[in-house]
Amino acid sequence: MEAVKQDDWQTVCTRDDLVLNSGVCALVGGEQVAIFYLPDTDRQVFALGNRDPIGKANVMSRGIVGDLQGQVVVASPLYKQHFNLETGACLEEEGVFLPVYDIQLDGDAVNVKVAG
Amino acid sequence: MSTRKILVVGNGMVGHHFVESLVGLKTADDITVIGEEPRPAYDRVHLSEVFSGREPSDLALATRETYENWGVTAHFGDPVVRIERARREVVTKGGRRFSYDKLVLATGSFPFVPPVKGADNKRCLVYRTIDDLGQIKATAKDSTRGVVVGGGLLGLECGNALRNLGLETHVVEFAPGLMGVQLDEGGSNMLRRKIEALGVRVHTSKNTQQIVEGESSALSMEFSDDTALDTDMIVFSAGIRPRDQLARESELAVGERGGIVIDYKCKTSDSDIFAIGECALFGGRIYGLVAPGYRMAEVVANQLAGEQEASFQGADMSTKLKLLGVDVGSIGDAHGRTEGSISYVFSDERAEVYKRIVTSGDGKLLLGAVLVGDCEDYDTLLQYFLNEIELPAEPESLIVPAAGDKPLLGAAALPMTATVCSCHNVTKGCIIEALDSGCCSLGEVKSETKASTGCGGCAAMLKNVVEDELSARGVVVDKSICEHFPYTRQELFHLAKVGEVKTFQDMIDGHGKGRGCDICKPAIASIMASLWNDHVLELPHVGLQDTNDTFLANMQKDGTYSIVPRIAGGEITPEKLIVLGEVAKEYGLYTKITGGQRIDLFGARQNQLPEIWRKLVDAGFETGHAYGKALRTVKSCVGSTWCRYGVQDSVGMAIFIENRYKGLRSPHKLKSAVSGCTRECAEAQSKDFGVIATENGWNLYLCGNGGMKPRHADLFATDLDDETLIKYIDRFLMFYVRTADRLQRTSVWMDNLEGGLDYLREVIIEDSLGICAELEAQMAAVVGTYQCEWTTTINDPEKLKRFRQFVNSDEEDSGVVFVQERGQIRPAQPEEKIRLVASSK
Repeated sequence: MEAVKQDDWQTVCTRDDLVLNSGVCALVGGEQVAIFYLPDTDRQVFALGNRDPIGKANVMSRGIVGDLQGQVVVASPLYKQHFNLETGACLEEEGVFLPVYDIQLDGDAVNVKVAG
Repeated sequence: MSTRKILVVGNGMVGHHFVESLVGLKTADDITVIGEEPRPAYDRVHLSEVFSGREPSDLALATRETYENWGVTAHFGDPVVRIERARREVVTKGGRRFSYDKLVLATGSFPFVPPVKGADNKRCLVYRTIDDLGQIKATAKDSTRGVVVGGGLLGLECGNALRNLGLETHVVEFAPGLMGVQLDEGGSNMLRRKIEALGVRVHTSKNTQQIVEGESSALSMEFSDDTALDTDMIVFSAGIRPRDQLARESELAVGERGGIVIDYKCKTSDSDIFAIGECALFGGRIYGLVAPGYRMAEVVANQLAGEQEASFQGADMSTKLKLLGVDVGSIGDAHGRTEGSISYVFSDERAEVYKRIVTSGDGKLLLGAVLVGDCEDYDTLLQYFLNEIELPAEPESLIVPAAGDKPLLGAAALPMTATVCSCHNVTKGCIIEALDSGCCSLGEVKSETKASTGCGGCAAMLKNVVEDELSARGVVVDKSICEHFPYTRQELFHLAKVGEVKTFQDMIDGHGKGRGCDICKPAIASIMASLWNDHVLELPHVGLQDTNDTFLANMQKDGTYSIVPRIAGGEITPEKLIVLGEVAKEYGLYTKITGGQRIDLFGARQNQLPEIWRKLVDAGFETGHAYGKALRTVKSCVGSTWCRYGVQDSVGMAIFIENRYKGLRSPHKLKSAVSGCTRECAEAQSKDFGVIATENGWNLYLCGNGGMKPRHADLFATDLDDETLIKYIDRFLMFYVRTADRLQRTSVWMDNLEGGLDYLREVIIEDSLGICAELEAQMAAVVGTYQCEWTTTINDPEKLKRFRQFVNSDEEDSGVVFVQERGQIRPAQPEEKIRLVASSK
């Protein structure tokens, strides 16, 4: 499955591996990336670092997604802080961010840009 | 000038209220309190609740620390025996001396025991203090029948206590009717009828001549009409007498029939000595209610703080209470003794309701009222009475239910001076002031003003005033569960049920907005599970679940999970015990026994969960729902099967209950226990629903919990057979599931239930809402559609996909690192992780 598509994009899985309105985790270039699938948004897919910087464990893909005051967010399953799916910013603690990865759907392929 | 010494003799409710008031006025006095009982002041009004499961410590009004924090010196357990007025000193039984500048006597009263031969028998008791309760409880243990002498307010309270102890209860009254002071004949008769329907036998016009040893029972009471009554114990509750001995011996003026004489400043005949509460005689009258006592306490405190015009003007003795579950209210001139007064009487013998109002001759002013069986009109009538508000043209419309539109005396119609809470003397004006100063909820107003924290009788009125005022200010009380749904959990449950909504998407499309969040999604998933009982990992539900429900295991701090298989009732075979050990050994899991008599296996990675469960399911285990807001465990003791003391098969019942309700999703976790006898080894009284065996069946306790704010469960029903027990639990659980807020344990739910335990009994036992059949059917549906979530999951490849650690790799999470401690694994600390990674390079 680790076919390099073009440049530094990497196909990590197919749409079928994603879970509707929820997250899964992929290993991309040694990094744990949480991938969220919200098919009724324009982008449909979002990718953030899987490590919860507050709970200090690799769990973000297992959080509940939703929206708060217009921002699309995921809630940490450990201590419930919310992170913006587009910017990675923590809503409750200023200055805390999750890394954001470029991600796109190409047909059924889910592609993530490998950190260069 | 040296600090003024204030000495308070007596630490009952009134004595305590005096200290609290004086401390609140910050007078810089040196305050000392001397109490006879070994413990600080407690709430005597609610004493009988100790028999329905409340702990004596719950009744405390203060602790030793309270006084310490206030800078008040307090001595308990050493009563004052002498006042030496010339030296301004008092002497205690233990020989200690205390001097004073101002002395406050709050010695209260003692229960009156009629001078009857044989009343000194050790099975003849009184009902006044927490220690008295202990004796009553101990004597009740080997009694089947108990008699209360006295059919007044206290006597009936005490009757309730005996009934709660499971005794066949009799009330013996000297006068021709019950509660002769507060009720007229009609009201008194209706009260008797209702109480007798509850199984309490009432004997009126009975003059006890002597108490002798009985033949078939411990005692026999012989009456002047040559009748007799056998009983195992007697509690005297025939009124109170002021404790004025200290005053008498130090030659202060006392009344002919007792009571320390006070003036409108609450001063005794010695101007440095005050008397307050039930020991004081004002205007030839003893005030035997707590509210007037509190008034006196405040009058003295205010005077000592320099407010000279503070005075006691007598007090309204109107009262509203629940006696043996019967609503009784009495206002002003209940007997219509005022000259020229006229009465309106309404009596409904089928519903067993009696109401009477007494008005002035012109029908314009309310002079008094009696209410039995229905106190809904009490608050309104009291306001008419206290504030002398002119009555409507047809005063009877205030009490006659069929009269159509009842003229409502809304909160807005009350004058600012209207007293809402008479225990703490809180007027409507005080409440408005509290709201002006920033309070914006009922709870805040309560803690600011203390309104409704005494007897609680004004709760409904207070709520009306606060809500009316808040809405007049444009404050909308928002009870929405979150920003996506403008509804409470209870309303959402209703919407889902009535509209047969089966998915979150339909719910939010129909009744909400946005995408939902980590508050509403699990809440609605839980409602869906309670209503339709689909597998929680079915596609429309999987994204709604908290991670614990998603992976059917409990996430720990490092992202690994713990596994708790069901061990119903805590009973497990050696074979199964070995399987747990073998599985734990094979996967290197940390094992620990839980508080709920199960075994918890820690440190499983998400990708290991399915294989571990395949082994457990093969060995006959089922999921334990330790991860869900659902029924957890039903703890048990070994019961009559093995134990020398057990009277029923508690293990068998616990297993039956656990298997019946396993898988039931609820607003919060549910715990239960079954004890085989009153020794209560399974700690059932700390559970959401607890069952304790009796000789005749089972006692059911509801709404207890341990945790952060422990609460003892309330005794709900006694001596139930198996079938009735299960029926009540079915109804209780479904009613809770339907009406509780999100994450609201049964204890908090109960505390917020208007009407409390009595209301719950009406709904569950008497079916007052007519919903019991529906609740049972709903429970039957949940029980009938049970599936072990793990058994279903390991047989469904689609559901198993979610357990992969990574969608594109078989590697494991490198962030999970264990170290050894006491022969087992534990998660590594951050600095240990760094060290381990460095040394492996």
